[in-house]
Amino acid sequence: MRISLSSVPVDDQEKALQFYTQKLGFQKMHDIPMGQHRWITVVSPEAPDGTELALEPDEHPAVRPFKSALMEDGIPFTAFEVSDVVAEHKRLEGLGVRFTQPPTEMGSVTTAVLDDTCGNLIMIMQGSME
Amino acid sequence: MDDLYRAIADPTRRAILDELVERDGQSLFEICGRLVMKHGISSSRQAISQHLEVLEAAGLVTVEREGRYKFHWFHGEPLEAITKRWPAGDKRRNDK
Repeated sequence: MRISLSSVPVDDQEKALQFYTQKLGFQKMHDIPMGQHRWITVVSPEAPDGTELALEPDEHPAVRPFKSALMEDGIPFTAFEVSDVVAEHKRLEGLGVRFTQPPTEMGSVTTAVLDDTCGNLIMIMQGSME
Repeated sequence: MDDLYRAIADPTRRAILDELVERDGQSLFEICGRLVMKHGISSSRQAISQHLEVLEAAGLVTVEREGRYKFHWFHGEPLEAITKRWPAGDKRRNDK
């Protein structure tokens, strides 16, 4: 069994596609019409054969209150690895991305938390938890 | 005043204040992360939330909403009451 796909629930798929490609720098892998929504996935240019991230509509009534509660407490929905958190934070802030937590050293990892503008906080991290 | 002394009597609550002094305006998530990674305090998020309520009641922390986020801010003013009541330094020696 392999984890080939992960997903993030977004309030607007088109806005999400713009943010995840133009700001975070992922590449569009799939964009297939599916009724009133689309099946959209992105991959990292650093690992084009790696895990795909699906940008899924968050329209189930339970999802939005869940997302708001996480956001209120500053809890990221998921995390991505970067080689240099400080540099990435600087680059993304330059692109107008809002951070709820600047790069912070926590033991062996350095983390920062950003707002994906689609209702989620995303952690970027450098280093390992070991 | 009892609220204030009770608030700072607890080591976890003192650690929370230490971290807010280092960086003011943190989310609950960041506070929990700092406590676990830097202080080895692995209390539940709910427990930390309760500690924050005690600090809030003592006037040492305020919670402010900013759009969809909630951030915690440190306020040291209530602590001035302590040194006012028991002055620091060599006041007594000067009086004699």
